[in-house]
Amino acid sequence: MLLRKQHAAIVAPPGGRSQLPLHHPFPPAQGRAGSYHSQDGVREWRRAHWSPFARRRQSVLPPCVRTAFHWEAGGGRLGSTRALPVLLAAGRCVRCRGCLWRERGGMSTCSVSKGCFVFKPSPKKRRVSQKTAIHFRDGKNGSEDSELRFDTCQSLWNQIKLETEQIQEDLNKQLLDNVVSFLRRSHSEFQGKTTEWTYRMKSREIPTAALVLGVNVTDHDLTFRNLSEALQNNITPYIALLEAKDCSGIKNLMQKLMGQLMNCSTDVASLEDEDYVQVSQNRIRCSMKSLVDWYESVTKKTDSETLSKKRTSSSKHQQSPPVVVIFKDMESFTTKVLQDFIVISSQHICELPLVLIFGIATSPMIIHSLLPHSVSSLLCIELFQSLSCKEHLSTVIDKLLLTSRFPFKLGEKVLQVLINIFLYHDFSVWNFIRGFQLCIVEHFYSQPLSVLCCQLADAKERVNSLSHDQCENVRRLPSFRRYVERQEAEKQIALLTADSFLKETTQKLLEDLHVYHENYVSVLRCLHVFTCSLPKYPLGKQIRELHCACLENRVWETEDYESSLQLARMLNKSDLETILQQCVEILVSSAGNEFDKAVEKLKEFLTQFQKLEAEAFQEQDVSVSSQKELQKKTDLYHLQKTLLELKDSRRSKKLTKFEMLRFEVVDYIDSLVRNYLVPADHKTLHEVVYFNTASVLRGHLNAAPRIALHTALNNPYNYLKNQALKSDGGSISNKAPDICIVYKLHLECGRLINLVDWLEAFSTVVTAVEEPNADTASSDQVDDIIHARFIRAVSELELLGFIKPSKQKTDHVARLTWGGC
Amino acid sequence: MRVQVTDYRNIKMPNLEHPAYPAATLLQLESLVPCRESQVSLLLSIFGERHHFSFPSIFIYGHTSSGKTYVMQTLLSTLQLPHVFVNCVECFTSRLLLEEILTQLQSCSPETEKTSQVHCDTFNDFVRLFKQAVATQELQDQTLYIVLDRAEQLREMEANILPAFLRLQELTDRNVTVILLSEIVWELFRPNTGCFEPFALYFPDYSIGHLQKILSQNHPPEYSADFYSAYINILLGVFYNVCRDLKELQHLAALNFSKYCEPVARGEANERDSRKLWKNIEPHLKKAMQTVYLREISSSQWEHLQRDDEELGQLKGLSAHTHVELPYYSKFLLIAAYLASYNPVRTDKRFFLKHHGKIRKTNFMKKHEKTSNHLLGPKPFPLDRLLAILYSIVDNRVAPTANIFSQITSLVTLQLLSTVGHNDQLDGPRYKCTVSLDFIRAVARTVNFDVIKYLYDFL
Repeated sequence: MLLRKQHAAIVAPPGGRSQLPLHHPFPPAQGRAGSYHSQDGVREWRRAHWSPFARRRQSVLPPCVRTAFHWEAGGGRLGSTRALPVLLAAGRCVRCRGCLWRERGGMSTCSVSKGCFVFKPSPKKRRVSQKTAIHFRDGKNGSEDSELRFDTCQSLWNQIKLETEQIQEDLNKQLLDNVVSFLRRSHSEFQGKTTEWTYRMKSREIPTAALVLGVNVTDHDLTFRNLSEALQNNITPYIALLEAKDCSGIKNLMQKLMGQLMNCSTDVASLEDEDYVQVSQNRIRCSMKSLVDWYESVTKKTDSETLSKKRTSSSKHQQSPPVVVIFKDMESFTTKVLQDFIVISSQHICELPLVLIFGIATSPMIIHSLLPHSVSSLLCIELFQSLSCKEHLSTVIDKLLLTSRFPFKLGEKVLQVLINIFLYHDFSVWNFIRGFQLCIVEHFYSQPLSVLCCQLADAKERVNSLSHDQCENVRRLPSFRRYVERQEAEKQIALLTADSFLKETTQKLLEDLHVYHENYVSVLRCLHVFTCSLPKYPLGKQIRELHCACLENRVWETEDYESSLQLARMLNKSDLETILQQCVEILVSSAGNEFDKAVEKLKEFLTQFQKLEAEAFQEQDVSVSSQKELQKKTDLYHLQKTLLELKDSRRSKKLTKFEMLRFEVVDYIDSLVRNYLVPADHKTLHEVVYFNTASVLRGHLNAAPRIALHTALNNPYNYLKNQALKSDGGSISNKAPDICIVYKLHLECGRLINLVDWLEAFSTVVTAVEEPNADTASSDQVDDIIHARFIRAVSELELLGFIKPSKQKTDHVARLTWGGC
Repeated sequence: MRVQVTDYRNIKMPNLEHPAYPAATLLQLESLVPCRESQVSLLLSIFGERHHFSFPSIFIYGHTSSGKTYVMQTLLSTLQLPHVFVNCVECFTSRLLLEEILTQLQSCSPETEKTSQVHCDTFNDFVRLFKQAVATQELQDQTLYIVLDRAEQLREMEANILPAFLRLQELTDRNVTVILLSEIVWELFRPNTGCFEPFALYFPDYSIGHLQKILSQNHPPEYSADFYSAYINILLGVFYNVCRDLKELQHLAALNFSKYCEPVARGEANERDSRKLWKNIEPHLKKAMQTVYLREISSSQWEHLQRDDEELGQLKGLSAHTHVELPYYSKFLLIAAYLASYNPVRTDKRFFLKHHGKIRKTNFMKKHEKTSNHLLGPKPFPLDRLLAILYSIVDNRVAPTANIFSQITSLVTLQLLSTVGHNDQLDGPRYKCTVSLDFIRAVARTVNFDVIKYLYDFL
């Protein structure tokens, strides 16, 4: 009966109070995905298609809403459409890219749960970026220099993007070169040697490259893109990239394969037969045979082309270029498909020079577990390992953060958040860079003084043209205030009143900051050279850990620093010399020009060490003689005695020259550290270039949908900011939206909830304050409107994934969230 | 032990006798199919003369590389019988299969032009088109053979395909014989509805003598047959216990022969110095058995090593790379999943509650739990249990962020966990942990977690 009523409620148009109380907790992110994803759009749409069974009709959902359901499949059941703006930052589904999401052989567009919907930014880029510029102006911090800020932000990001791409390319170079040379070797061996006995007797295996790329699946796309580019340039135009979700059966695989191969051939072939290829593709049978035929025709064509001296791009490929098939996600392929494909292609390997590339995320063992011996014996598998993602991250940090090239800096907390997400959650360098981008955008958006976050020369010019408001902004900076307080009274007044004087000082301060950065990086590297060779790494093995420690507070005040100095005082001579040599190199190549003295000093230390050499020899003689003495004594008593003597002499012995020198070196390094590694937030005007609001970043990158949803439902004031809702401890207010009341009531129930009890409780709450002294409520009949409101709220909860209908008991629903019982 | 190939070649009279074919052809055929004479002669007597109607369908089965395909191919092509040869794995749909047969049939006859593409969706069409194709040529007065290799694939096609092929002769009313080749026995083919029973013919495995004989046949031109035969003898001594696949053996023989010849090439030994040669090659072959035979390293890498005389040490096989680097929380999620999969639900209280009290294992267990859970394999568990265990095994507080949830899915796509039940089930998804104990111990070691202490089986 209840169910029927529910249906009745659906048919009726939704009432006024039914809007979900959830509001997006963050400022709208840089959504370039278009207005379709705006909250209003979603709400409109939801109103139109409202149904408690919407989850079963997901195929009609717009992509953005479906994206929300991704949470549920990901394990979290709390699908909140309100989290969308977070998901769709910068025109892409940041969340989905963030997870190592890979669909396993399902349909991507009609499924409820599984799917990653990436929205590439539309080609109308110009318009969009203008819009964003306007958005920048509308920001909470006034409109000062918003366009300039936006342009600075854009150019900075473009620089960084180029740099990161360069890094990626360099890091992958080794791997790509290896794979390319493997491919070159793979089929050339068989060409022209068919008469030789060994080649006739050997069974011809399919050359296979197993690429172990690590678990950070999000980064693989880029690697594969680079790989296919490299192959296209060097080896062959015939490359097919296959994903498991497209290849649920051998038929689909062949279709996909042939589609990709035959399309790529049109690039090589002249334009006029493009139509022909397009047409024939539909008619062609998806079998290996037709693929072989196609390959024959294509290679013949290119041969004749090259013969007729029509130098096309194909001329740089081999005579018969191999056909490369890349399986992007080997783990997700079904065994049968892979086996069938390998068996089939092994039968045609003589006519069709095929090369397989397996993209492996876990370990190469997966090949043996997926393929039986009879199939794997058809392959000639070679292993290629990519750089570990941690090393990759170190390089990125080294090139992006520990350099004075880019004016923008990350604060300690923010960097920690980014690194933690990387290490604890996804291992994805791509995500790290995205997070870095978000920091840049957020910084330029929220900090009006970020106009000055550019190269020093530009910044000085811009200081001159600062408006009065901006000058006031400068004066409001906490670090600047501290600076002012340190000045004399006259100067203080001048700084606080005269804009021109302020501008002058600002220029000077900015220059200081710049010099500080230049020196900071070099000294940090020097210190790292010291600390990374110490046992147990008290200050961390990686330079990023040291960097974080230095940013956090005065590093020389920490215990770890103290202990590492202690350890450094025990380094042996050869280590110390190499370390010093490295330090000299670092300082010489550094951008800062204050280090002439330091370099000289270090060089002096080095020469002194060399001088010590002769004396060391003598010392050695002494020790050797004592050792000899020791060996002579065989008597236990005498041995003990001499040992004790030796010990005494060592204790009382004055420090040797080497030890003295070692102390000096360590003390000198210490002085350098105290001089140059002052934490950034002690510097005046650091707010201009440092982004330090970690909470914003955490909210965006490490969202907690369950917590957000719970807060929204439990304490609606948090988002609605309606004074009437201002919370009153544990009691349930009847002013709250229906869904909040229903939610709070359901929190008190066990795993199964009786709908009738729930309804009664609901109506009690709703009617309680409206009619404070009413006895009418005692009448058994619940108001129809309240009933409808209740059903509506319950179905909303169902849509959000808190409850589901239960078959165990009639008129009961089951709780899906934890914490009942 | 050593079989003299030369003796075998000296035989002048063919063992095979058939009135329809000249003795020279039969002799040639016999030399091509060593150790399969009896099967071939049986087949020849079934086939009869060219124009005779033969048995409608023949089912040939035998283990991998017992020469089924090879024998059929050589038989049909040497005797120049009209035939169609199709691999059913390659033609993965019935349509592809039927069209392939018809296309090959077209190319059998010189008269018809090849270009026309055949379209054939159903078996009915096939029968019609088949009749046309056969009618247009001189095939009419000869038996046409249709060989379906890897016929076990036919079972996965439409239900009518297999029975129809079995009585194709009757359906088309033409002189045609269908030969099915398979590695499995006929009993596994027989459809529920019944069908025409084909003539079943078994190809037994090659014995070690047969293998020796066949492998020795193709000796390299630079060396004598005896020398190569001795090598094959050593090779079989090492590999016969693990591998009887003729193709694989031939491949291995070709791969390692250059190493065997090395002492001879350097002049350290002559061809008859069998002991010296054996000492040289035996450890090498044993190494090959552990590496290249298992495809731990590829054959090209193996050859490369052989050429440069490098040590194997630098080159690690595929199985050596078992280490999987995972993010911190992924490791704990995996450990939690493992615990949830292998511990009974009731024991969670004992493991993860602070004041659980003493629970003795013997009283505590139900009867069926006395068998090791590790022998029974992983059990499915709901998401909530996984998270609850996760929260209790991680030292610091873990916020249930989206990143945690997405890591679970990542683990599923990496095949370290697997979902149980339907993929799309949103409410109460259930998972299973698919990694081994060794793997989880290695993972747990990296985060200083003693996983054994938390496993019920090791209590």
